[in-house]
Amino acid sequence: MAINLDSKIPSGPIESKWKNHKFNMKLVNPANKRKHSVIVVGTGLAGASAAASLGELGYKVKAFCVHESPRRAHSVAAQGGINAAKNYQNDGDSVYRLFYDTVKGGDFRAREANVHRLAEVSTAIIDTCVAQGVPFAREYGGLLSNRSFGGAQVSRTFYARGQTGQQLLLGAYSAMMRQVDLGQVELRTRREMLDLVIVDGKARGVSMRNLLTGEIESYEADAVVIATGGYSNVFYLSTNAMACAVTAAWKAHKKGALFANPCYTQIHPTCIPVHGENQSKLTLMSESLRNDGRVWVPKNKNDKRPPQDIPEGERDYYLERVYPSFGNLAPRDVASRQAKFRCDEGFGVGEGHAVYLDFKDAIQRYGEDKIAERYGNLFQMYDKITGENPYKMPMKIYPAPHYTMGGLWVDYNLMSTIPGLFVAGEANFSDHGANRLGASALMQGLADGYFVLPYTIGDYIANTKLEKVTTDNTAFKETKNEVETGINKLMNIKGNRTVESLHKELGRVMWDKCGMSRTREGLQEAAQKIAKIKQEFWNNVRIPGEVNYLNPELEKAGRVADFIELGELMCKDALEREESCGGHFREEHQENGEAKRNDDKFCHVAAWEWNGDNKPQTRHVEELKFENVKLATRSYK
Amino acid sequence: MSENKINLTLKVWRQKGQKDDGQFKEYHANDISTDASFLEMLDAVNEELISKGDDPIAFDHDCREGICGSCGFMIDGNAHGPQKSTTVCQLHMRHFKNGDSVTLEPWRASSFPVIKDLMVDRTAFDRIIRSGGYISVNTGNAQDGNALPIPKQDADEAFNAATCIGCGACVASCKNASAALFTSAKISHLGLLPQGQVEKDKRALRMVEQMDAEGFGACTSTGTCSASCPKDISLINIAKMNKDFLKASLTKKPEAHAGDGV
Ligand SMILES: Cc1cc2nc3c(=O)[nH]c(=O)nc-3n(C[C@H](O)[C@H](O)[C@H](O)COP(=O)(O)OP(=O)(O)OC[C@H]3O[C@@H](n4cnc5c(N)ncnc54)[C@H](O)[C@@H]3O)c2cc1C
Ligand code: FES
Repeated sequence: MAINLDSKIPSGPIESKWKNHKFNMKLVNPANKRKHSVIVVGTGLAGASAAASLGELGYKVKAFCVHESPRRAHSVAAQGGINAAKNYQNDGDSVYRLFYDTVKGGDFRAREANVHRLAEVSTAIIDTCVAQGVPFAREYGGLLSNRSFGGAQVSRTFYARGQTGQQLLLGAYSAMMRQVDLGQVELRTRREMLDLVIVDGKARGVSMRNLLTGEIESYEADAVVIATGGYSNVFYLSTNAMACAVTAAWKAHKKGALFANPCYTQIHPTCIPVHGENQSKLTLMSESLRNDGRVWVPKNKNDKRPPQDIPEGERDYYLERVYPSFGNLAPRDVASRQAKFRCDEGFGVGEGHAVYLDFKDAIQRYGEDKIAERYGNLFQMYDKITGENPYKMPMKIYPAPHYTMGGLWVDYNLMSTIPGLFVAGEANFSDHGANRLGASALMQGLADGYFVLPYTIGDYIANTKLEKVTTDNTAFKETKNEVETGINKLMNIKGNRTVESLHKELGRVMWDKCGMSRTREGLQEAAQKIAKIKQEFWNNVRIPGEVNYLNPELEKAGRVADFIELGELMCKDALEREESCGGHFREEHQENGEAKRNDDKFCHVAAWEWNGDNKPQTRHVEELKFENVKLATRSYK
Repeated sequence: MSENKINLTLKVWRQKGQKDDGQFKEYHANDISTDASFLEMLDAVNEELISKGDDPIAFDHDCREGICGSCGFMIDGNAHGPQKSTTVCQLHMRHFKNGDSVTLEPWRASSFPVIKDLMVDRTAFDRIIRSGGYISVNTGNAQDGNALPIPKQDADEAFNAATCIGCGACVASCKNASAALFTSAKISHLGLLPQGQVEKDKRALRMVEQMDAEGFGACTSTGTCSASCPKDISLINIAKMNKDFLKASLTKKPEAHAGDGV
């Protein structure tokens, strides 16, 4: 199929693109908005903010999530903070600097125009959240407080202790619940989107499984928003919550939405190391800790002394040594790789797969109280999980899968290659290129939901002839049938392997071969291994319970089936991208351990087209142009 | 982290669906690492059940970091188990001894009907929030975030109330199944901030009314809610709510709450 990946970037200078575009977009008059409906799938930060804003404008919104309540979305777990170019600290920040840092941080693999818009709206996000009652941290004078995050030399991160995501999500949730109260948003929880319904080439509805009754329900609308989060759980062990899945995005992909840059995954440098076979997930220790914590390993290999017995002179503060200008605040991809190098060389501590994050100096400088005020809940969480007190002993940390920059391809309006299907938050690929800077995901999710979609969806509706559609339409019936057939197929396998054991197996392959560092041979080997796992899954998985009851194993099985297919595509994408950039590190392409891009051949977005079961997908390309931030080797030294 | 292995006997409430009868069943959890979390122990039990062709034990969970509020059931009569200020997902097996026998039961409250096994329906909480647990401001209307300084102490106190994760432990521990701690935490969070003043009275009236309509019991100030709260939400919030509610009831204008906000 000939696909023209038109990014629809407005013309004009970068600073005025969004402003002009907003003016040029068609409006839907207030009386007509009432007649239009929008489905929002997923009510984390991106979805809840979109549902609230669209409801405020007067659209009829139908919102869905797999959770019992929108307040439980994975966004709730975000710890460290949210960026905004307020320059409250008078330290030289500006919209342009946030734009610049994000383009560079993404290793020149993001669209400049999108990133600039993100930086522009960042300030209004903070204002909106404050107005909603989000209790951000404040100084004694009553003004908002900031901290620093990786990849930036200014303090632009707003936070609410170590619970920023929780507070922002509760803000977006309350704004949405207000619209529920006013009758603008219909909220349905414990619903899982299992397919997209397309009528006349446009996204017009969804098939949802009611997780309590097992019933497959159909819903129609004039446009559909997918805001279902990221896919780090393809690695089995990640910092993501257990229900995070690619399923909604993947079903849309199979219905024609291109999937962009699947191999761009972020491995976060500071997570609590793996402890054993029973482990179900990994826990992040926020990047904000690197404001005050110093990362080190012993200078001697296999040094088994307890950390406090290792004198200063025998410690290697390697981030400070290798990156003197950014030090412990080097960006994530860089910091993770360095930790891996140290451990691979035999300098790791604990079981060998860990480095220290040490607060001794900060505690001496500021006192334990101040450190507790900044990171109390994180220290407590560390203590609970490991049984060690980080006020007394340095934390042991190791990189872990955390965030996915790849996702459904969208144009400047956040519309996918299927007309009427919009994608927001971590589920799209839009703004972070090959590496996301800390505190930028919350910013992007809220930018998409509060400030971009309310405009671009209106423009789509105003410009599109939308026939009346009801769920009696054959497309809805066919989709429902397909979903039911798929579920019965899974239930009828009746094999011997648990879903969990197959997911673990997939995760291990992905982590070993398509994780922090990748090689051609490794990726080819992974492809073969995944093919075997896929076969085993479809022949030998066992799902107990019944279809028409709550059935968590059935839910997991559907998600793992999609992860397996996604894993195949990630390896393929990583194999084809013969360069290193950001989180995508190909060992063949490096210079002294630093990622080596190939701008001549790969200064583009790779977007994959589904061609049917067991058929290779087609790789399409959107060229990237850097007209403002000059293409340069990214250096934090 | 020094790993040990322990064996436990579990008595677990099994109930197929909302309309079915339930009963306790006994299970054995063997060779459990003391570094594992309580839910990871249940994962291991479930893997074995599935392998034997049995139905695994259903429990709600997601973040496993103590922040989403999904998890929660009674362990030997304590909401979230024996460790103070800890959700069950953050409870680790090092707090148990080899040979221990533990009883697991869902939250018991008529406003939280059992869905299956250890899972209950807490959507009543969403309906309480829907009834005014917000500040009525549309996106795009806000002034600069620093235009309105807020004393740090107020901001911190509001934050403390806002850290409620909505898990329902307070209701489950209360002999009256009261939702006063949950409801008051939201009323306090918004009421402590200048942005929340305009709707303060109306909010207290509507949220308390909804709380009663959901069938939660009355608060008799025994304080077990706060003692069992994994986030240490303070009882002071309830006192504040009662004050706000009383004041609002006394000064209520006729149009104050019916058909609110439209
Ligand atoms: C531990 C941790 C800490 C983090 N800290 C930070 C930080 O400090 N700063 C920062 O900027 N970023 C941080 N991030 C990243 C950030 O939290 C996420 O990228 C962001 O919250 C994602 O928001 P979202 O709205 O796109 O998706 P989510 O919050 O994941 O929401 C997804 C929604 O979709 C629903 N859903 C999923 N699948 C389906 C389906 N098939 N059908 C129906 N509904 C579905 C879910 O129920 C949920 O409502 C952190 C991430 C983690 C893991
Ligand atoms: S699983 Fe999220 S709080 Fe326990």
